[in-house]
Amino acid sequence: MEYLTLIISCILVNNILLAKFLGNCPFLGTSKKMETAVGMGMAVIFVMVVAGAITWLIWHKVLVPLDLGYLRTIAFILIIASLVQFVEMFLKKSIPTLYAGLGIFLPLITTNCAVLGATVFNVDDNLSFLMATVASFAYAVGFGLALVLFAGLRERIMLARVPKPLQDTSIGLITAGVMALAFAGFSGMV
Amino acid sequence: MAKTITQEFTKGLWKEIPPFRLVLGLCPVLGVTTTMENGFGMGLATTFVLVCSNVLVSMLRNIIPSKVRIACFIVVIATFVCLVELLMQAYAYQLFITLGVFIPLIVVNCIVLGRAEAFASKNKVIPSFADGLGIGIGFTLSLAALGAVREILGTGHVSIPFGPLVTLLDTSWYPAFGFMVKAPGAFIGLGLMLCLMNLVPQK
Repeated sequence: MEYLTLIISCILVNNILLAKFLGNCPFLGTSKKMETAVGMGMAVIFVMVVAGAITWLIWHKVLVPLDLGYLRTIAFILIIASLVQFVEMFLKKSIPTLYAGLGIFLPLITTNCAVLGATVFNVDDNLSFLMATVASFAYAVGFGLALVLFAGLRERIMLARVPKPLQDTSIGLITAGVMALAFAGFSGMV
Repeated sequence: MAKTITQEFTKGLWKEIPPFRLVLGLCPVLGVTTTMENGFGMGLATTFVLVCSNVLVSMLRNIIPSKVRIACFIVVIATFVCLVELLMQAYAYQLFITLGVFIPLIVVNCIVLGRAEAFASKNKVIPSFADGLGIGIGFTLSLAALGAVREILGTGHVSIPFGPLVTLLDTSWYPAFGFMVKAPGAFIGLGLMLCLMNLVPQK
């Protein structure tokens, strides 16, 4: 039950894109086509779960016992950057089909603030190891969900006649605002 | 090097003003601009990191091997972000609490990394300093402007940075647009401001 609440809260109520405002650059950058949106969503789910687990271990087993809490930002971003690099090499060698599918999205994740943000939230909320991993997964699913929904909307908007000054990013942001309004409806659930 | 130092500085204020002309670093723009004061504080913190990292990256540009440059830039930026984090905890604790997770997230702000990669790694120290300062001030102004718009529409008053709370709209006879200071207002406000910027003809 506890886990169910956590999952619902991380996917819908505290959606990392629309309620916490993290990872907006890839949100606007990769949402013009459904294909790229799905690719980015998958890549984020993969990296975020692994990053959530590893940063939890580093924080609770290394940084806290050694009283090095102030190094958190540096340590976490280095972990994420090297993790992305490692995952990229590993996939290229052993699962080439998945690597080809994720393609250019993997390296982009290093600067996706949703990943760093989720790990920081996990530490701030003082979750247990399992809870932190589940929460990372749920945040990533929320990211993927919002991204895919938004890509669907944007593909339709491409066909519509939008006034010139509103075109592209501008109308995209307003659409995202309306989506955020819809997601705000979940706020009383948990 | 046809451009002068002044040009490097002023391009950040209008021609390449982030986040409107360069659509980068949107997360803090959307996340912290609930009030003008928060936007301004976040802008200052980012400007500090931007200027310092630009100068250091520019100094080290001949030493850093190009294959691992991104990792090196991130370490440089992360160091300054840690500094800002500690400084704010010491001298601006209230702001530190309000901005929360967005302070560590300056590390992954695309503007900072983008300027290090696109400008500082190719130019001398002084132009890099001017570039960082210009872009930083432009970013601060945009954040403060968006913060002010959202605050005025959402609550009817505006908090001048380091100043008093000024009431501009009388909200007693109509309900304030509460959603403007919540998540959806950020997207819609930024989208409309972007539209206004597009209306101004480009030179």
